[in-house]
Amino acid sequence: MSEQKKIKNLKSFSTTADRFEGANLLCPGCAHSIIVREVLNATNDDLVLSAATGCLEVSTAVYPYTSWDASWIHIGFENASTAVAGSEAMYKALKRKGRLPQPDRKPKFVAFGGDGASYDIGFQWISGTFERGHDIMYVTLDNEVYANTGGQSSGATPIGASTTTTPAGRVSYGQKRQKKDMMSIMAAHGSPYVAQVAPNKWKDMTKKIQKGFAAEGPVYINAMSACTTEWKFPAQDTIAVSDIAVDSLMFPLYEIIGGTELNITYRPKNIVPVRDYLALQGRYKHLFKPENEHIIKKLQDDVDAKWEYLQRREEARV
Amino acid sequence: MADKMDLNDVEVWDGNMAASQALRQVQVDVVSAYPITPSTPVVENYAQFLANGYVDGEYVMVESEHAAMSGCIGASASGGRVATATSSQGFALMVETLYQASGMRLPIILEVVNRAMASPLNVNGDHSDMYLGRDSGWIQLDTFSPQEVYDMSLCAFKVAEKHHIRLPAMVHQDGFISSHTAQNVTTLTDDEAYEFVGEFQPMNSMLDFEKPATYGTQTEESWHFEHKANQHNALMTAVIPEVEKTFAEFEAKTGRKYKIVEDYYMDDADVAIIAMGTTVETAKLTARIMRKEGKKVGVIGLRLFRPFPFERLKDVLKNVKAIGTLDRSSPNGTLGMLHNEISGVVIENPNIPVMTNYIYGLGGRDITVEHLKGIFAELLANAEAGKRLQPIQRFVNLRGPELSFFK
Repeated sequence: MSEQKKIKNLKSFSTTADRFEGANLLCPGCAHSIIVREVLNATNDDLVLSAATGCLEVSTAVYPYTSWDASWIHIGFENASTAVAGSEAMYKALKRKGRLPQPDRKPKFVAFGGDGASYDIGFQWISGTFERGHDIMYVTLDNEVYANTGGQSSGATPIGASTTTTPAGRVSYGQKRQKKDMMSIMAAHGSPYVAQVAPNKWKDMTKKIQKGFAAEGPVYINAMSACTTEWKFPAQDTIAVSDIAVDSLMFPLYEIIGGTELNITYRPKNIVPVRDYLALQGRYKHLFKPENEHIIKKLQDDVDAKWEYLQRREEARV
Repeated sequence: MADKMDLNDVEVWDGNMAASQALRQVQVDVVSAYPITPSTPVVENYAQFLANGYVDGEYVMVESEHAAMSGCIGASASGGRVATATSSQGFALMVETLYQASGMRLPIILEVVNRAMASPLNVNGDHSDMYLGRDSGWIQLDTFSPQEVYDMSLCAFKVAEKHHIRLPAMVHQDGFISSHTAQNVTTLTDDEAYEFVGEFQPMNSMLDFEKPATYGTQTEESWHFEHKANQHNALMTAVIPEVEKTFAEFEAKTGRKYKIVEDYYMDDADVAIIAMGTTVETAKLTARIMRKEGKKVGVIGLRLFRPFPFERLKDVLKNVKAIGTLDRSSPNGTLGMLHNEISGVVIENPNIPVMTNYIYGLGGRDITVEHLKGIFAELLANAEAGKRLQPIQRFVNLRGPELSFFK
């Protein structure tokens, strides 16, 4: 295993030199930058990074500036996975041929994409990359919506959320489709390590990222990224909303090792009702009308069922 | 270390094998590819070379042509030699990434085995895919035979990878007519071919951790225009001299002479057919026959399609009285692309020739010496009359009643 950063407390963590600078154009309160910093700070190794078209990309490499102090590539919306896979292939070729500029340094290859880029348009590219077994990490910045283009629904948008393409209205409660279960899909690829993380639970997240970096092969990370703009909460509440998200189990934190071994990594001391999570966000405001109350109940039932499933999977060890 | 292959001085290769062998000889570092008829054998042959130890780069078999070029982009930005192959629908799926590859100035080589575009589905050769790539910022070299596929592939690497060029290049060949027709190909030894192209010299590699590189930034109205203009400028000013220099070096090494505009019987030609692909060979044969009958006919074959060899064409066409432009792609609502582009050249000459446009060969439909004789006869009649005697655009060897437009 290569050298990994020891993180003892938040102070040392926050004062570590950054390879992702705060000088970027992301919205105030955007969780993307917190997630990216936590991923990059989990290693001291060299990095080759890619970003899918999206909020992160348009906000961090606007010519002639960049927020990234590492090699970085953006091709398009759908192919951030294949971009680093190509780089990883070149790394292997040049290593074999003895032509690497710094032959003793082994980089980490990390791709970032939003949920639209991952669950929807880039799904095939991710699947191909994982099937081929490239030694890379793919991180989905999951804010459950096409935020960069103004809030259209994606395959990650939960039932009941009002988006610009699934707006709540007189006869609609918003998004009607179930959120895609990317964790199970990626685990089913036989990935050595798949994990769901939240930036507010930074110790849990750092541990998982380091586990992911230590694994050989394609690693998938689904990172909850609370979106002040599209979830519609005040910019200073990102961490508060994130805390309720994990404590209500809307975003359970768990990992799947080798495609089967599931571990729950965070058990809330007090499980908060889903209703309290929804109440913090403008995108769910309409659910509190009497005619939509059944959707809140459905969301709670779904969360309960999923939590039950995760616990059973964990016990079963299969 | 890859094993070397002992080649005969003359091998019997089809166009696909010629392309595969060129890729092997230059020892591409990463091939990221997806199969499609008729270019599939290019990567199949390459896989066999790998399986037998003749190649020691990475061969990444991806899940689509879009991913193939995406992988090539990531690999090329990481400082090594990169190539792939495709055709038709696969080429169309790649189009988004073609622009991204050229915009990032990555010297990727793409072997394009030209094929028709659906619908209706058709696996045979025409130039619809080639035309689809013409605005994508790539260098496009065209070939008329397997020998030329081999030679142009070697030249393409040498030109594209030069640091003042750094543009991706396509090498085109006609589906089946060139790709699946075995012919004699005079070879270079592995050492000669590798030395001719030279060792890959990385620039701005993402794997140089002392100097991290950024690829594919965001530029809005502030800088986008300058980037695109810069790329156009490189295509317009740097590529043609470099291609001509490379052709001269290639001739010195092999004795085989290439020109960015190939011209046959043009010194005193009254009329000329302008074509691309294997049709150039058929037109050459037709011209040879008609020359014996005393007809002053000539043929132009576009070797370099992008950047467009405007000055050279202007010069070679300055004395012709009538030109037939042969487009092997459906113009879908206008004149053929080649026709429009050649018209834009000859209008700069003092004597503007009579221009006619022939749409032919779609989906692999044959074009024969007899068809070409007919076209030459029409051109000669136009030249003699000093004006066009038929509609501007005609369809050649089409079933049903004659189809013509722009009367």
